[in-house]
Amino acid sequence: MIPSQFEFRAPTTVDEAVELLSNGMDVKVLAGGQSLLPVLKLRMADPEMVVSLTKVDALRGVRRDGDQLVIGAMTTHAEVATDPLIAAHAGLVGKVAGTIADPQVRNRGTIGGAVVHADPAGDMGGALLASDAQMTIAGPTGTRTVPAAEFFVDFFTTAVDEDELLTEIRLPVFDGWGADYQKFTRVAQQWSIVAAGAMVRTSGDQIAEARVVLTNMDSVPRRATAVEQALAGVPVTEEAVASACAAAAEGTNPTSDLNGDAEYRRHLATVLTRRAVLAAAGHRGT
Amino acid sequence: MASRTQTISLTVDGVRYTDDVEPRLLLVQYLREVLGKTGTVVGCDTTNCGACTVLVDGRGIKSCTMLAVEADGHEVTTIEGLSANGELHPLQRAFNTCHALQCGFCTPGMIMQSASLLADNPDPSEEEVRHGLEGNLCRCTGYQNIVAAVRQAAAETAGHASSPASGSEATQ
Repeated sequence: MIPSQFEFRAPTTVDEAVELLSNGMDVKVLAGGQSLLPVLKLRMADPEMVVSLTKVDALRGVRRDGDQLVIGAMTTHAEVATDPLIAAHAGLVGKVAGTIADPQVRNRGTIGGAVVHADPAGDMGGALLASDAQMTIAGPTGTRTVPAAEFFVDFFTTAVDEDELLTEIRLPVFDGWGADYQKFTRVAQQWSIVAAGAMVRTSGDQIAEARVVLTNMDSVPRRATAVEQALAGVPVTEEAVASACAAAAEGTNPTSDLNGDAEYRRHLATVLTRRAVLAAAGHRGT
Repeated sequence: MASRTQTISLTVDGVRYTDDVEPRLLLVQYLREVLGKTGTVVGCDTTNCGACTVLVDGRGIKSCTMLAVEADGHEVTTIEGLSANGELHPLQRAFNTCHALQCGFCTPGMIMQSASLLADNPDPSEEEVRHGLEGNLCRCTGYQNIVAAVRQAAAETAGHASSPASGSEATQ
């Protein structure tokens, strides 16, 4: 399968890239291409110009800036999954990155490309939501910052406008939190049918604070705030955590498809949330 | 709309190439149709099967899901560039001796992704091999012998790597 014809540009700076987005042509931005290239090959998109960010070196890498971690939008999933700063201070983001698709896709696919693509089954959105990420967006009039909670607007739709670029993701440092991501798929490299992510801070043998997010239970990643509240102060036992997680699917709006109907997805959300919270709390279960 | 060609310059299997290509040309088409390196095959053409896996700057990627223009300035290694001095690479030898293939179509991608895996993790457990090859599908073997071959190649490479090292220690 071959994409239709397009003009190709590979700018080396963010400013040049942003300028190309406002040139009056129908432009698509190419990050790692692991979603865009299949879309182009299937001719579900037919842009006049493709602007590749592969030569914008400033968009790559992870660094610490005060009490924040800064992840360049063109940092690959493989780099995020193995970065020591992320492992130490943003455990859920690192764990999630290591579960995306398969090793080859993680070697090319980027964190920025994935979240701007905003597939409801995409794994990284929830982790950014749980981590209170701030998304830096560059456009013709300068840069602006959007919290992850406002970044995901709808199916395949984010706060990034046609003439804008996501340049970096800023994460507050979460020290001393455990994290886990439970992903349910039919085959190893598949998109999540449902997944649940948890960040947990324990105090003694109790959960002091928890953040819980769900993937593919709505058109956008969702925080399970009722579960988060129910988990505060709960002992780290299977029974207590299961009871607090029983309402995980409350207020969600899962789809029905060949992988499972909405009711089955609600069931999965409850089970996966319990497993993720227990693992993030360091529970050595059966 | 015009699709002007772009000049790309890259290294493939140790040789420098400069070519004018259409921006929409996939890397796998460039390798097969421009360079004639048909050792890299197209399986599913949808980023699923991994048969077209090659190394870009040492890391496995699916060459059906990368444009040739994106490889400009980079170093590509295909299955045709893996052996050196007429000798099979340890992975190629292990796939042969472990009978890690039946029809053989997935083999170039399996071997290239295994090379990527061993570069990151020279001594993977069985589970790590299985996770490392999640992006490669084989419809014949059931994977048992593929996993065995990767571990045999890892053991052999470790054996080779340790002998010169211990030799140099002895001379110091």
